[in-house]
Amino acid sequence: MNPNFLDFEQPIADLEVKIEELQLVGSDNDINIGDEIATLREKSAKLTEKVYSNLTAWDIVKVARHPQRPYSLDYISRVFTEFDELHGDRHFADDHAIVGGIARLQGEPVMVIGQEKGRTVQDKVARNFGMPKPEGYRKALRLMEMAERFGLPVITLIDTPGAYPGIDSEERGISEAIARNLALMSRLRTPIICVVIGEGSSGGALGIGVGDHLVMLQYSTYFVISPEGCANIIWKTSDKAPEAAEAMGVTSTVLQELGIVDATIEEPKGGAHRDIDLMASRLEEHLVQQLQVLQAMSTEELLEQRYQRLLSYGN
Amino acid sequence: MSWYDKILPSGVRRDGGERRTGVPEGLWKKCLKCEAVLYRPDLELNVEVCPKCNHHMRIGARRRLDIFLDDNNREEIFADIEPVDRLKFKDVKSYKDRLTAAQKSTGEKDALIAMRGDLLGLPVVAVAFEFNFHGGSMGYAVGEKFTRAAQLALEHKLPLICFSASGGARMQEALISLMQMAKTSAVLERLKGAGVPYISVMTDPIYGGVSASLALLGDINVAEPEARAGFAGPNIIEQTIRQKLPKGFQRSEFLLEHGAIDMIVHRKDMRGTLSRLLSKLTHHALDPLLEAVPQLNQEPQLNQEPQLNQEPQLNQEPQLNQEPQLEDETKLEQKPQPVVETHAD
Repeated sequence: MNPNFLDFEQPIADLEVKIEELQLVGSDNDINIGDEIATLREKSAKLTEKVYSNLTAWDIVKVARHPQRPYSLDYISRVFTEFDELHGDRHFADDHAIVGGIARLQGEPVMVIGQEKGRTVQDKVARNFGMPKPEGYRKALRLMEMAERFGLPVITLIDTPGAYPGIDSEERGISEAIARNLALMSRLRTPIICVVIGEGSSGGALGIGVGDHLVMLQYSTYFVISPEGCANIIWKTSDKAPEAAEAMGVTSTVLQELGIVDATIEEPKGGAHRDIDLMASRLEEHLVQQLQVLQAMSTEELLEQRYQRLLSYGN
Repeated sequence: MSWYDKILPSGVRRDGGERRTGVPEGLWKKCLKCEAVLYRPDLELNVEVCPKCNHHMRIGARRRLDIFLDDNNREEIFADIEPVDRLKFKDVKSYKDRLTAAQKSTGEKDALIAMRGDLLGLPVVAVAFEFNFHGGSMGYAVGEKFTRAAQLALEHKLPLICFSASGGARMQEALISLMQMAKTSAVLERLKGAGVPYISVMTDPIYGGVSASLALLGDINVAEPEARAGFAGPNIIEQTIRQKLPKGFQRSEFLLEHGAIDMIVHRKDMRGTLSRLLSKLTHHALDPLLEAVPQLNQEPQLNQEPQLNQEPQLNQEPQLNQEPQLEDETKLEQKPQPVVETHAD
């Protein structure tokens, strides 16, 4: 099985292998098999389109967790310029599971905060696989307060398997750290746009996820408990995760219907990882557009709209 | 009603919403901690705290508010808020059926009860979680009722007190539940901005979404002794870190030591302590008549000989006559120090 492809993508993977083989043959023998390759490419593109037009909720969870899926830093380097990373919560440590700093979005200064899972094994360990501890949320809080003071809009990128469930996390008050952020973000006097770029898992995601505009990438996912966790509780086995994912409605389609998510940004065929630059440019475009709308409002209007929106959840 | 039901004290009668599920019913109750066999009416008078080992047993939301608020002048608020199954969630059973079953067994519409009333004469809004309803989990109905109660408190500048007991966000309402965290936190932030005090009382157990929102956002956070509270459940932490958790992990004492809460308050001192705190925060003098009643720092009486040697008896005439009185008229006087009275004779 090709690790670059998910299980439901294996027919596509098989085609890609054939294309690769033909390319090798072509360069070895000088025979013109370009036509054949072109046909296969077309077939692969069509197949990808077909497979991706029929994804189940569980398939989407898998795409959202794809090992090659772009992470926060991949977007930060493409969408923004002049990113100056800022470190530390000023109390305990610098949590590498959350990155944040000041950058420019088409020239305008903004505060960017994102959860980062890490690409290499070493990086993943250093970033605790994107599971923030209290100091991560407190760093985010510090940066958001700074953004408020200097009139910078806040953009958060959500991608986490959850806040870290560990002894040290509890000792330093992970619940309080998240709760504090929810409270602060509800009244921060600057626009906040939250983007779910991969996996938005429960309170760990919401801890940087309260704002004026909530948008999801097409194949990202957002849930109150992981489908595995839900299945474990209800069916007593994580094998039922696909059923749990379906029941909870973890996709942008369902969440937009429920009025929780405001918009969905279409991903390149086969997922964001197949064309990161294209995904990043679509994200950039969306952010610029939305910021314009939010920045046209007075701060009082903005805060009242945000508050009313929070109160409306579930109504 | 059979003759047997008639002689049971009110707290153990099977009718109405008083029934506690999962608890053996009868005149005697075993303390889960020290295993002492306790006489239920006495236990009731001791606000369901074991007189032997001080174990704070779980109590329902109505009982909680009943022993907390003054007898007069209280009214339930926002009682009409009902849960909504927006996702038509279905696993082995449908969420709708689960809700119906929970409503039937608890007599409540959902897991939060809100009341407006007085605390030693000081007008307050108080809410309490019903743990027996879906593990006290927070979905739309809980979040909405909490928010409306908080808005009422904000509007009338009344202190807000919340007794939480919850397993976290309600899975069956998925992201709507998660967003209740944001909603409740937002309204609490408004209270903070307006200088309306909010006291969060953590009672066993509080986890997940409720812990990471309204339970830890009090101006003052208090907890009952040995209540367990945390973000992730102990099982999940053990699975993640693959090691045993230290003794007392996530208990109130642990929370106090790590700076998450301001104080641990014995259930019998709850009225006294909270009213003292609130009267200072609100610059409101307490009713001296009412204030004189509670014995705030009374030690639980440990000498309970008569109880242990006493055989269960079905013939409980004195109680039968006593019980309605305690419930209705003399509760205020009896509340703070009933143990002494009952066991002195």
